[in-house]
Amino acid sequence: MAQMTMIQAINDALRIELKNDPNVVLFGEDVGNNGGVFRATEGLQAEFGEDRVFDTPLAESGIGGLAVGLGLQGYRPVPEIQFFAFIFEAMDSVCGQLSRIRYRSGGRFTAPVTIRSPFGGGVHTPEMHADNIEGLFAQTPGMKVVIPSTPYDAKGLLIASIRDNDPVLFLEHMKLYRSFREEVPEGEYTIELGKADVKREGTDLSIVTYGAMVHASLKAAEELEKEGHSVEVIDLRTVSPIDIETIVASVEKTGRAIVVQEAQKQAGIAANVVAEISDRCILSLEAPVLRVAAPDTIFPFPAAESVWLPNHKDIVETAKKVIEF
Amino acid sequence: MKGTKALIDGVQQLKAVEEQFQTVQILNEEGEVVNPDLMPDLTDEQLKELMSRMVYTRVLDQRSISLNRQGRLGFYAPTAGQEASQLASHYALEKEDFILPGYRDVPQMIWHGVPLWQAFLWSRGHFQGGQMPEGVNVFPPQIIIGAQYIQCAGVALGMKKRGVKAVAITYTGDGGASQGDVYEGMNFAGAYQAPAIFVVQNNRFAISTPVEKQSAAKTIAQKAVAAGIPGIQVDGMDPLAVYAATRTARERAINGEGPTLIETLTFRYGPHTMAGDDPTRYRTKDLENEWEKKDPIVRFRKFLEAKGIWNEEEENKVIEQAKEEIKEGIKIADGAPKQQVTDLMNIMFEKMPFNLAEQFEIYKEKESK
Repeated sequence: MAQMTMIQAINDALRIELKNDPNVVLFGEDVGNNGGVFRATEGLQAEFGEDRVFDTPLAESGIGGLAVGLGLQGYRPVPEIQFFAFIFEAMDSVCGQLSRIRYRSGGRFTAPVTIRSPFGGGVHTPEMHADNIEGLFAQTPGMKVVIPSTPYDAKGLLIASIRDNDPVLFLEHMKLYRSFREEVPEGEYTIELGKADVKREGTDLSIVTYGAMVHASLKAAEELEKEGHSVEVIDLRTVSPIDIETIVASVEKTGRAIVVQEAQKQAGIAANVVAEISDRCILSLEAPVLRVAAPDTIFPFPAAESVWLPNHKDIVETAKKVIEF
Repeated sequence: MKGTKALIDGVQQLKAVEEQFQTVQILNEEGEVVNPDLMPDLTDEQLKELMSRMVYTRVLDQRSISLNRQGRLGFYAPTAGQEASQLASHYALEKEDFILPGYRDVPQMIWHGVPLWQAFLWSRGHFQGGQMPEGVNVFPPQIIIGAQYIQCAGVALGMKKRGVKAVAITYTGDGGASQGDVYEGMNFAGAYQAPAIFVVQNNRFAISTPVEKQSAAKTIAQKAVAAGIPGIQVDGMDPLAVYAATRTARERAINGEGPTLIETLTFRYGPHTMAGDDPTRYRTKDLENEWEKKDPIVRFRKFLEAKGIWNEEEENKVIEQAKEEIKEGIKIADGAPKQQVTDLMNIMFEKMPFNLAEQFEIYKEKESK
């Protein structure tokens, strides 16, 4: 076991997969010699060579096309989009192409591609670096969307994503890259995609969340605990498809739930979680399922992040509304 | 103009660039060899095979239009007029080469090994139409104009990494050349010196929009300059010129010298697609007459007849064979099982996620009734 930050755990997972499978290729803008703008691919080109880890021209759509084409030639591409909001340049490659390859060829061709990309607020990035646009891709049939919140999860989920024979979007929250260390096992292990994790057990209220909001929710749960409320925190880990069984089991136990996301209320995936709870366990509910989300504006100018981004206080407030309903 | 001794002559630079892209022709409209130095090395048998494929494909187009009108085919983009551009470029390929066709490039797929019945199922909108046979290196026709170009760069890079002596070839139209992905595709392939052949079939119209409204560039071939790769403009109604250009591009590519852009000047005699497009709204009769005189089949027929290796009887044999095989292909397509929702679910993922698995059970139940 080693103490790792999330970025180290990601780097470790990439190294393990490069070693494990000669078809794994990493590419993107500045991922080679430079080791990536966040050092996620640090040292990998030196260890595995330019044939396996290489830089691309500055064009996200072209990177998407490269991933499709290399996938058709039997490679297992792991491209990087430098910041996730740049994915708009490659929307067709992701939603129009990669996600549909198996289907439109009736299974003849596949797209075993894992797109890695950083996103998320709280670090004062310039415009269009931090946007939470996972909801757009969660709505894309054929695509899985994974968002880890801890170094341990990041490693196991990334290895599982790379080994998946269908396309996966692996979204890395920038604020979580180096915010804390955790024990991460050496060597390979996987975490099944589509499986949530109960990060804290409780009996009075379920918080369903993902990404940086997992940590805000855990902090809120501690505060609520002091006031005598036992809160369960479910980290979805995969936001498409969502782990309905884990959510339902928790809500049936607690009878109350809130869904917490960093994305705007009209975006993200919280509405889908609410709908599933409503479909499947409305008779267990003591109160409506409320959402904590950002305002429906464009992602804030950096100096306005602190008043805009949802935080643990918002979560406590909404949790109390549901508890006291 | 203070401080500048002379105007920088950008106009002269542009003219100098345009002069580099002269149309390459080997056979003129009368079927006469006007450029013997470029004559490709093809045997009489190969020349006849190429002619047979062109005639066959002309019949396929006529029959497809008619079957579409009868409601026995769905989406169909006519190909008549583009036989030299499509089939002579394909004839320059080898089996191991990988084709990324656009939606009008069904003939190249067929001659690369996709059975007619599957092409017909693709037209009708049946998933079996995209299940290319194992060993046939063809991606299903691309509807998103330009996407095939960036994907082609990826396939070609894959081939280079594998060290295989093969190329990836892709096709778009004159309108497609305005897309960002077309530039990105050529530029990526250039940056990686990947074995790709990019063909732009310039039939002068993107639905109703004439090529002059796509760009102020005098040729599309010169767009290769932006990627730093060779560009060739050929008479796309001349099968020998198209073959020679493609073969040259292939040789360069498999020798590790990188990609080539080939612009073929061609024409579609029919509408854009069979979905209600009416070319008389945007094309003059004079223009159509002018291009009909350039018919690739007419000039190639004259060339082969003058060599004494082609006659009406041979051509009729091909026409009859085409009609027979098309009839048979339609029959096989008719026999394909109707698609069920569970079929569509089965081809989404290797392993169904929870939501699909749940819906699968619901539809399985519905389908059992």
